Amino acid sequence: MQVLVVLAVALVAFFGVALVSRAALRTFAPAHQKPTFRDMPLTASFGIAVILIYVLVAVFAPLLAPFKESEVVGAQYLPWAAPYYLGTDKLGRDMLTRLIYGARNTVGIAFATTALAFTVGSILGIWAALVGGWLDQWLSRFVDALMAIPALIFSLLLLTIFGTSVLSLILVIASVDATRVYRLARSVAQGIVVMDYIEAARLRGEGKWRLIRREILPNAMAPLVAEFGLRFCFVFLSISALSFLGLGIKPPTADWGSMVRENATLITFGDITPLLPAGAIALLTVAVNFVVDWQLHRASGLKE
Amino acid sequence: MEKQVLLTIRDLKIEGRSGDAWHQIVKGVDLTLHKGEVLGLIGESGAGKSTLGLAAMGYARDGCRISGGSIDFDGIDLRAAPEADRRALRGKRIAYVAQSAAASFNPAHKLIDQYCEGPVVHGVMPREKAEADAVELYRRMRLPNPDEIGFRYPHQVSGGQLQRAMTAMAMSCRPDLIIFDEPTTALDVTTQIEVLAAIRDIVRQFGTAAIYITHDLAVVAQMADRIKVLLRGDEVEESDTRSMLAAPREDYTRSLWAVRSFARPALPAATGTPVVSVRNVTAGYGAVDVLKDVSFDIHARRTVAVVGESGSGKSTTARVITGLLPPRKGEILFNGKPLPPSFKARSREELRQCQMIYQMADTALNPKLRLRELIGRPAEMYLGLKGRALETRIRDLLALIELEPDKYIDRLPSELSGGQKQRIGIARALAAEPQMIICDEVTSALDQIVQEGILKLLDRLQGELNLAYMFITHDLATVKSIADEVVVMQHGQVVERGPKAELFAAPKEDYTNLLLSSVPEMDLDWLNRLLAARGEHA
Repeated sequence: MQVLVVLAVALVAFFGVALVSRAALRTFAPAHQKPTFRDMPLTASFGIAVILIYVLVAVFAPLLAPFKESEVVGAQYLPWAAPYYLGTDKLGRDMLTRLIYGARNTVGIAFATTALAFTVGSILGIWAALVGGWLDQWLSRFVDALMAIPALIFSLLLLTIFGTSVLSLILVIASVDATRVYRLARSVAQGIVVMDYIEAARLRGEGKWRLIRREILPNAMAPLVAEFGLRFCFVFLSISALSFLGLGIKPPTADWGSMVRENATLITFGDITPLLPAGAIALLTVAVNFVVDWQLHRASGLKE
Repeated sequence: MEKQVLLTIRDLKIEGRSGDAWHQIVKGVDLTLHKGEVLGLIGESGAGKSTLGLAAMGYARDGCRISGGSIDFDGIDLRAAPEADRRALRGKRIAYVAQSAAASFNPAHKLIDQYCEGPVVHGVMPREKAEADAVELYRRMRLPNPDEIGFRYPHQVSGGQLQRAMTAMAMSCRPDLIIFDEPTTALDVTTQIEVLAAIRDIVRQFGTAAIYITHDLAVVAQMADRIKVLLRGDEVEESDTRSMLAAPREDYTRSLWAVRSFARPALPAATGTPVVSVRNVTAGYGAVDVLKDVSFDIHARRTVAVVGESGSGKSTTARVITGLLPPRKGEILFNGKPLPPSFKARSREELRQCQMIYQMADTALNPKLRLRELIGRPAEMYLGLKGRALETRIRDLLALIELEPDKYIDRLPSELSGGQKQRIGIARALAAEPQMIICDEVTSALDQIVQEGILKLLDRLQGELNLAYMFITHDLATVKSIADEVVVMQHGQVVERGPKAELFAAPKEDYTNLLLSSVPEMDLDWLNRLLAARGEHA
């Protein structure tokens, strides 16, 4: 019975959020963007709304959170009751506050990592496809060698070497992920560089950078965007996994992955609090993929 | 004697979907076909020819639907019949031959396996008998080595042979009706003749009715008993071939007939230093020499047409001139000065002087860039135009190619028609203000009326801007209309070259003669006469 109620509430919430956000986007979009939002599916508007909410929460975390990030406010493992609406963790810190700050840290790092991986990976991949020959061979075989090492183990190794600061975390995960992006970008670009318009641009005497940026990249966007959605979620999982193993974001910084670990014991007592950060990750993952699917659909010109 | 009616189509309406809206592709066409009769369907692309042809099988493509009218095939209502019944008819009593046999055969199976599929599935004959039958039909289609050609894979057989093998395959169940959808459009003129003759013979031998779809009037005149002209989904007129050729009733039909009439007189041979001079060029890929000792000159304000079958080295010559393929021997002179062999070593100024227009405008224009950037980029890059000056130049160029600047400047290539895309290709070449333009089959992918527009535009621009053209084509009608000089190529060598009038009037080489006589003429008996003259035909 309870399950049904939860499901019903979730469905109502989904449609409510989706419809409101679509109406808002249609109203506030600039005139030339209106057609884009008119045909938007509800899943996409839901995704956009969720992402916007996460971004707002991350940006305004200090204003929204009732307490300080690592402030010990009471006894440990307090139940859900005012003023600790979601209880406290094992050190007596407010769970809601930690969740809000976690958005800032986890989402921010994940975004920076994915963006870096994509910039480096896709530019190198397209460059290799464009130039070919030795450069392509060297880069690709090097990337193959990196990809042969299991990602998590490789990240653990690198993090042990370089230490676990936020910056090294971003760089390590980005470089591991960039290999996958490189592969994809290279294979997509190989199909594009043989087109006549690339030949025309080469004959015009265009430089490599312009060829990559203006001629190839716009045509390779659809698969790259789709991959972005996937990678973004995987980065979450990597950070969470690393935090869980103690090599990710350092305490007392709030991070959803470590929050699951720290409070895992509560599960045995039938308390669902540790699932909240996990749920936050899941929801964002779903939202990002909704938006990516929609973009992919538009970019590839597919009809239903 | 009144023949028995095989197919009756009444007031057929077919709609296609674009986005959320449905629009009519075929707007109420009637069609009657008697047993053993060949009906030619002609019209530009988008006229609904193929859609109508497929509808004769009771089939509508994805995104299309038959929205009204009736299709009656030998007493069977194809619209009302259940899908299973229609499937039983297709392949057995109605067969289809597609434009590109190379794309329609399954590359993973041998020809004879694909031949046998139809008869065996429809239960017409067992596998062994079908194989024997295949060999017999391959022989009748005059395929070389009919006993063994069926055991090859599609990629091991030439394009013309594939098209004949596909016709044989369509014949496998001895259907009552075959639909030929542009079966020779993708072939060279010399190959086209063989395929046309083979198709015509086999259709006559078996008394099969056929719908022959094409945009080439001269071809349809050889094949069809009656011709129906379509324009944007409507019928323009229909009559038997002889009277249609002699006295077309409608203006539109007459305009189709008149297309090939555009011709400008050749200019006298030019003197002085040629703009481009190809000197004893030998070039190739890997171990193979594709070009052997090729030489010719192109002068300012002159058009040199390079003709030949596919594989004769026409496009490779263009690649050598542009520097994409450095030659093994020989050199390219530009205004008397040798050009560096590879485009990478050429200066920006040298690159600017020689521009290229491609055959497929679809792949030659970056689909993600707007016309503003497509056309503006060469002007910005070579001439250093910026801001307002660049904007003015883009607008001038659009006006020059007869597209309204305000309407088109911010469009994407996908928002243009085929002919408009090709015009953008021309504008992009012009934007560099070159002395010479290489046109690589620029009209091959276009309808005849659109072709004429492009040719006239190129001709006008040549006069205004004093351009030298190298015009690569396999279409001799195009050569007749705009060339000054002709270079005939075969197997990577120049067979013959000379002024247009001389070469057409008195070709010296056998190959030139063969090529010229293979061009279909608007004459009912052209194919008969030609075959008789060549002694290939009883």
